[in-house]
Amino acid sequence: MSSTILAAARPNPVLDLLRRYGVWIAAAGLMILLPKVFSSGAALTTMCLMGIMIVFSLSYNMLLGQTGMLSFGHAVYYGLGGFLAVHAMNTIAGGKLPIPLPVLPLVGGFMGLLFGFIFGAVSTRRAGTAFAMISLGLGELIASLSLILRGFFGGEEGITANRTKMLTLWGVRFGPQIEVYYLIAAWCLVCIAAMFAFTRTPLGRLCNAVRENPERAEFIGYSTQMVRFIAFCVAGFFAGIAGGLAAINFELMNAVNISGGQSGVVLLMAYIGGIGHFAGPILGAILVVLLQVFLSDITGAWMLYFGLIFIGMVMFAPGGLAGLIMLHLPLWRRGTILQVLPHYAAMAVPVLMGAAGLTLLIETAHHQLVKTQTDGPAMHFFRLGFDSNTPLPWLAAALLLGGGLWLGRLYAPRLKAAYGDAAHGVEAAR
Amino acid sequence: MIFSTLNGVLYGMLLFLLASGLTLIFSMMGVLNFAHASFYMLGAYFGFQISQWLGFWVALVAAPVLVGLIGAAVERWGLRTVHKWGHVPELLFTFGLAFVVEELVQMVWGKLPVDYRVPALLDFSAFELFGTTYPAFRMFMLLISVAIFLVLLLVLTRSRIGLIIQAALTHPNMVAMLGHNVPKVFMMVFGFGCGLAAIAGVIAGPALVTQPSMAHVLGPILFVVVVFGGLGSLPGAFIASLLIGLIQTFAIAINYSLGDALGAIGIGRPISGALSDMWQVTVAQIGPVVPYLMLVLILIFRPTGLMGTRET
Amino acid sequence: MPTRYGTGLAVAALAAGLGMTAPAFAQVKIAFVDPLSGAMAPIGEHGVKHFQYMIDKINAKGGVNGQKMELLTYDNKLSPQETVIAAQKAIDAGARILTLGNGSGAAAAMIDFVNKHNDRNPGKEVVYLNYAAVDPAFTNDKCSYWHFRWDAHSDIKMQALTTYIKGKPSIKKIYLINQDYSFGHAVRKAANEMLKAKRPDIQIVGDELHPLAKITDFAPYIAKIKASGADSVITGNWGSDIALLLKASADAGLQVDYYTYYAGGAGGPTAIKQTGLKDRVYQITEGIANINVKENLAWEEEFRKKSAGQGWWYPRVRNEMEMLAMAMNEAKSNDPKVFAEKLRGLKYKNIYGKDTYMRAEDHQFFQDIYISALTPMAGDMKFDEENSGWGWKLTATIPMANTDVATTCKMAKPS
Repeated sequence: MSSTILAAARPNPVLDLLRRYGVWIAAAGLMILLPKVFSSGAALTTMCLMGIMIVFSLSYNMLLGQTGMLSFGHAVYYGLGGFLAVHAMNTIAGGKLPIPLPVLPLVGGFMGLLFGFIFGAVSTRRAGTAFAMISLGLGELIASLSLILRGFFGGEEGITANRTKMLTLWGVRFGPQIEVYYLIAAWCLVCIAAMFAFTRTPLGRLCNAVRENPERAEFIGYSTQMVRFIAFCVAGFFAGIAGGLAAINFELMNAVNISGGQSGVVLLMAYIGGIGHFAGPILGAILVVLLQVFLSDITGAWMLYFGLIFIGMVMFAPGGLAGLIMLHLPLWRRGTILQVLPHYAAMAVPVLMGAAGLTLLIETAHHQLVKTQTDGPAMHFFRLGFDSNTPLPWLAAALLLGGGLWLGRLYAPRLKAAYGDAAHGVEAAR
Repeated sequence: MIFSTLNGVLYGMLLFLLASGLTLIFSMMGVLNFAHASFYMLGAYFGFQISQWLGFWVALVAAPVLVGLIGAAVERWGLRTVHKWGHVPELLFTFGLAFVVEELVQMVWGKLPVDYRVPALLDFSAFELFGTTYPAFRMFMLLISVAIFLVLLLVLTRSRIGLIIQAALTHPNMVAMLGHNVPKVFMMVFGFGCGLAAIAGVIAGPALVTQPSMAHVLGPILFVVVVFGGLGSLPGAFIASLLIGLIQTFAIAINYSLGDALGAIGIGRPISGALSDMWQVTVAQIGPVVPYLMLVLILIFRPTGLMGTRET
Repeated sequence: MPTRYGTGLAVAALAAGLGMTAPAFAQVKIAFVDPLSGAMAPIGEHGVKHFQYMIDKINAKGGVNGQKMELLTYDNKLSPQETVIAAQKAIDAGARILTLGNGSGAAAAMIDFVNKHNDRNPGKEVVYLNYAAVDPAFTNDKCSYWHFRWDAHSDIKMQALTTYIKGKPSIKKIYLINQDYSFGHAVRKAANEMLKAKRPDIQIVGDELHPLAKITDFAPYIAKIKASGADSVITGNWGSDIALLLKASADAGLQVDYYTYYAGGAGGPTAIKQTGLKDRVYQITEGIANINVKENLAWEEEFRKKSAGQGWWYPRVRNEMEMLAMAMNEAKSNDPKVFAEKLRGLKYKNIYGKDTYMRAEDHQFFQDIYISALTPMAGDMKFDEENSGWGWKLTATIPMANTDVATTCKMAKPS
């Protein structure tokens, strides 16, 4: 985003403003328009979840991407924030306190901040693997306690609340999902802006220094421990806000939200999106929520796809989705992006073949191994009916997969060369 | 008491079988192998399948070898590719691998526990004490794990390859500079560690339950053992395994709650409300939490672990 | 490299496309929400077969009010949050009848969701039919006008069990071992209270709570049970917790009777047979395959043919669906707001020819409760479980009148 500013050569106040804030205006516009396009209840719920997860994964990336701290227990702050928000909702509704719902995420945020402060003081004294292990230990500790302290955490069933029983302002009760959506969208935008602003502060830059070279940061007179601690507290604060938003959206918090599983998911989201770029975790959150919500409706083996997609990303695109996009930024600026598009189109054929072959293989194997005994060998794949006992689908899958791989390997050097031409043209021009 | 000790030691030894491989991998390659417990599970399932076809004794040898080969392959074609991007991607790779292994196991062997039985030869009770019998198979498990511990110790301290590994544990760069093929050593150690986990799986499968969640249940505890014992320290891992095994077993045997303890020294219930549950929590309930508390405390106060020489 | 990105996007877009467009053919849609992936999936998947079977039967008889029924299935991964999302998806697809069974956390979330949805969307009310979540709170403190439960909740089952124990003077020392979460707590509380009331002479020699689904070796617990001198164990454990408990028990040669809630769950009979605990493991259910009534045996036979030998685990699904169809036909409406009124207090003769009813006060179903033991096939036993050669043999029938428990429910009727 800073690069767009650099690109502005001639000063023109309106254009400059647009360049500087264009992304934000576009994001706000998109958030306002989205529910007009996807208006079903499930779509709204999904988009709400995306908003929550965007805040959560961005807060996580403050640790991993910005400060270089790998945490396995970030859900602790998300969960505790959410739990306190639910309790606050019940207290406010019970005591008829004049506090409106929209400020509630702040309650979660302060809970996250408080525990970020407490646990951060303990864990940020170490860096690297020791920090990761402490966060794992703390995460498991709190997750186990959440099932023991049933008064606060509500055990398996969790704690429920009713968001409509709060003080209403301007007649908005937050009953319908659409009103909650706009509340979450607003909070999401504010949090993204705040976290982006944080990266631009000297402290934000220092975090990067601590990530890149802690010794040098110490030598120039900064306490790396203090920087880690502050980053940890801020990350806890935003995670708590995300938890508060989740509490409002679901009106329910339970032990799952605070578990190691949730901590793992946020790590996946940030990494798949790309931890090297500010916008990465946003993309990751959107993709992972989509996969979580809809993949399980299509296939019984959704966990397998989830794992495979993830491994594929780690192996072949360590920069995440954002990294892939950033690869094309120089091409875009140079205007050579059109040169590579035909090659991508050509490459899409073997990729689609391979993907179709792999899914066919997994689906047929899944059907053969799991379903045949009870449901018979007849199955469907993209509305194509066949019998999983016959060799035909296996042969087709093998052909598609093998053909895809073979063609892909064949074409890969040409694609690479085309990309190199387009990108290195930039280098050569300098 | 005697049974609790035996059970605790047995559980500890099982943990050690897993932890020994993990600590080697962890300290040499810096990889927190999240999929380590998945290899343990693969060991159990392979053991089950092979013992159905060829008998338990074949399985005891063949399953770990197979899993070890799979482990080596994973290192060669998976981890090595990711290695150049640093430790976090490596760790995330194993994270995804654990997902995939669990799902594949569910697809092939189903989601329910499989009927993996104790071999007939060992299906009797070893001895009887106060009317409780102790199964012979458990004694056999104990024996195997002690034997492996001894062999491991001998190999590491007496053989040439052991010395290289030991050197690589503490000074990985130096070893590479001396002309040893470090990637190859890595691959072998990874495969070997996975094989060790698989042995644990083969012998634990019949005694416990062989089911798709078995990896998930054990995973985090392993990290506790490895870190608590100290990075790269086999004796440390050994002590930590036994300690955690015994703590978990004995915690179950104690029935007191915090309230009881404080009541005994004359303190009533000072608080009520949300945290009052704290007073009813018994030691038995807390048992599974204790290892994590130990992990956090040791990392704060002694970051090298119990017997480690290097900071994690 | 862009290929992975593309694949990811393609899958996501595909997912979005397929997920958001639901077919709109049949008239009465019933949404089944339960775990269809993960460790509990076998239970959810078998539940789908029950409901599909019932819907086929009802449609064969002409459906309800001249309209056919259709089953929609959603995976909630056993998570409360996912349950809310799944319910939302189901309502989008046009379902106004939701059914869910497994996990008290998920069920509580569903009740809460349905209450709020109906409150906020008048004229679009939905109803939640609960076929398996047995937390007593759902028909007591948390009772809802929009929730109906067909399974006997854990207090009712304990009432039945303690009634049985009352007539068994040979039981003197009981050990309680339960999972440390709401359901386990409910079982333990009911056992303590009811045993004290009905058999004050019985000594409760142990009252254990252990972490849910985390124990890999129950040997230490078995050692404790052994040391306590118990002759019987009462446990609400399910899943791997019951299988591992029984296995450890057999390993240590512990000779006690197990009174269980869920020994019959997926994989349970296999585990019991493997441990050789013949005639020692009892379960408390609302029915079993081997109840010698002609209709029941024929029903079981037919269903097993269609589901690769797996049994009709949930007699309550038949009760639920038949009563639903009755209520809809009687009300001459498929609108939950109208037929829910008919369901309240509805009387029904079940497959064993016994009278049952849905109590209007709290929407809890009452019926005879059966206690059975797993034993090798013998005598007039017709069906085994999981092709193990062992089947459930009827030990005792507790008549409906003796299963009655009071409720604290104050049902709020919607205006």
